[in-house]
Amino acid sequence: MTMIEAIRNAHDLAMDRDKRVVVFGEDVGYFGGVFRCTAGLQKKYGSNRCFDAPINEGGIVGAGIGMAAYGLKPVVEIQFADYMYPAYDQIVSEAARLRHRSAGQFTCSMVIRMPTGGGIFGGQTHSQSPEALFTHVSGLKVVVPSNPRDAKGLLLAAIEDPDPVIFLEPKRLYNGPFDGHHDRPVVPWKKHDLGDVSEDYYTVPLGKAKIRREGKALTVLAYGTMVYVAQAAAEEAGIDAEIIDLRTLIPLDLETIETSVKKTGRCVIIHEATRTSGFGAELSALVQETCFYHLEAPIVRVTGWDTPYPHAQEWTYFPGPERIKRAFAQVLEG
Amino acid sequence: MTAPRPLSLHVPEPGCRPGDTPDFSDFEIPRAGAVRRPEVSEAPEDMRDMAFSVVRVLNKAGEAVGPWAGLLDADALRTGLRHMLTLRQFDERMLKAQRQGKTSFYMQHLGEEAVSCAFRMALEDGDMNFPTYRQAGLLIAGGYPMTEMMNQIYSNAADPLHGRQMPVMYSARDHGFFTISGNLGTQFIQAVGWAMASAISNDTKIAAAWIGDGSTSENDFHAAMVFASTYKAPVILNIVNNQWAISTFQGMARGGAVTFAARGHGFGIPAIRVDGNDYLAVHAVASWAAERARSGLGPTLIEHVTYRAGGHSTSDDPSAYRSKDEFSAWPLGEPIARLKAHLITIGEWSEERHTQAMAEINDEVRACQKKAEANGTLITGPHPSPRSMFDDVYAEMPPHLQRQRQEAGF
Repeated sequence: MTMIEAIRNAHDLAMDRDKRVVVFGEDVGYFGGVFRCTAGLQKKYGSNRCFDAPINEGGIVGAGIGMAAYGLKPVVEIQFADYMYPAYDQIVSEAARLRHRSAGQFTCSMVIRMPTGGGIFGGQTHSQSPEALFTHVSGLKVVVPSNPRDAKGLLLAAIEDPDPVIFLEPKRLYNGPFDGHHDRPVVPWKKHDLGDVSEDYYTVPLGKAKIRREGKALTVLAYGTMVYVAQAAAEEAGIDAEIIDLRTLIPLDLETIETSVKKTGRCVIIHEATRTSGFGAELSALVQETCFYHLEAPIVRVTGWDTPYPHAQEWTYFPGPERIKRAFAQVLEG
Repeated sequence: MTAPRPLSLHVPEPGCRPGDTPDFSDFEIPRAGAVRRPEVSEAPEDMRDMAFSVVRVLNKAGEAVGPWAGLLDADALRTGLRHMLTLRQFDERMLKAQRQGKTSFYMQHLGEEAVSCAFRMALEDGDMNFPTYRQAGLLIAGGYPMTEMMNQIYSNAADPLHGRQMPVMYSARDHGFFTISGNLGTQFIQAVGWAMASAISNDTKIAAAWIGDGSTSENDFHAAMVFASTYKAPVILNIVNNQWAISTFQGMARGGAVTFAARGHGFGIPAIRVDGNDYLAVHAVASWAAERARSGLGPTLIEHVTYRAGGHSTSDDPSAYRSKDEFSAWPLGEPIARLKAHLITIGEWSEERHTQAMAEINDEVRACQKKAEANGTLITGPHPSPRSMFDDVYAEMPPHLQRQRQEAGF
């Protein structure tokens, strides 16, 4: 399966299993979503359970909160993560806090899906990675899958979860494990192990990272698209890197991170989002707090630059394999 | 061609500031009973007139007149009067408690008691309100214990919300009262979502959304209107136009351009203005809208025209921004006096009974306050354990919060 098919399959299984699951968003119903993640659901489950929404992200999330308070399980799509900002108040002040402020009288079991990341000539309004805007908010869970098998299992776990989950789908990974070499053809998921996805219902638990590549020389902390870019960099440079795919940013699997960094003594943190106050800053602080006496070199971050995501120059912005290889060299020198 | 004149920005000002003489002569008020009562099934485009008039039932003589009268018997009216009197005495006691330093903050309903008290009586158990901070009448008329409200206001050991929320930000799911947000307007679209969920689930329950005149400027108001209209959600959309948003007059939300009710027309939503100080009119219009919603005919927008006689909260002094005489000049009067006069007019009430009722209510509110204060106040405590602030952030506490709770010493 592609990641799109895996996400669609997860929706299908969740809707089949639980009548409370409703799916809506812009172009989500009849058309099946601009990325086709909800194709066929309206036909199969009817327009009361999968439908189009007005173009109003605050309305989509706000209505979803009301539905969740009623007892349904809304799974809503924000067409691009970049369109999320009008919904930010509803996400931060409302969805994230209902349980706490009502002492559990009202809860918000809702999944807010949004395609994230660049590399598709999307310019500054179709390329952003706003995960740190969510990880900073108490009450939210934040998930970023890197492959079809995880995407399906994590989405099903997110739908089962009793709290609001922000589900960020790296759109550059929808059709294959993009490794950052934009000038080469992308390997399709059907040629990759993790594209082999069972049709059965299964979950991948939130809060558990996955070591994608074992190694002793250094630890890479990455998620989403950057997992494959880091793998390519390690293989091309012949470096024995241990690559951790975080999968869930909140809750974070600190144990796996700590064990690995204590073993390697070196840490490179990679994300596509802008650097300052990005999630990498939190990761860096945590590694420093928990592994300081094991570190052999300063932690290095490889990230998008602190600029808007450019259109024509997107590969200069994107933290590609060459920049990552330089970071590997830097952290190994120290 | 002459050179264009330099432009200047128009910033609206109310007609009356401190020291000015209030003038409500622009406010066209129809006689009680004059406004028609459409069938609930009437096409929205055929009842646009309802957004430009004011439904009123009680006339100056204290009689209930016209097509919206006749829904409530004398017992129901006496109950309504008792609810409003209770809310007013509750407010008085809590204002005093705030001044005595027993809590940090309070918001009263003075002059607006009819809106939430009468509205509640048009709903069924199981329906859900998404209120603002000035609809505590929904709780009092719905039988929610006043002691619980006070426990919340005092953030004491028995506060059902464990000291997490500012005073009056109640939550009472079992009483159809959604947790109040301090962020204005967010609840308006959430109510629509709740109503959509009821329809999706083939339920029979309806939702009621609440917003103030000032907050209709918020994006969430627009979101609610488009969603409610698009999906014909079983929701009543209430705008409480009490003329003032702290110091900002309703003209800042363009209340003077068209009525707030008329904003429904752009979405094809039937809209009605009602005299918010007329208990019978509010109840009748709310019942009409509830019937529409429950019959699958979709949303109704109600503009409750009223006046915020007190300050916005205990944190502002209204004499700094509006005339002290405005409330006495307010042409729709005062809701408790009007309902009392009506009951006396129809021979179902008397000054003696009123005095007696006031004394009974006074005893009841005082007893509740005593009970609540036995659980503590904000200043004296006891408060819920600080340990509890780490609970309910998530259903299950994640490791990072467990570590932080430990770091905090709990």
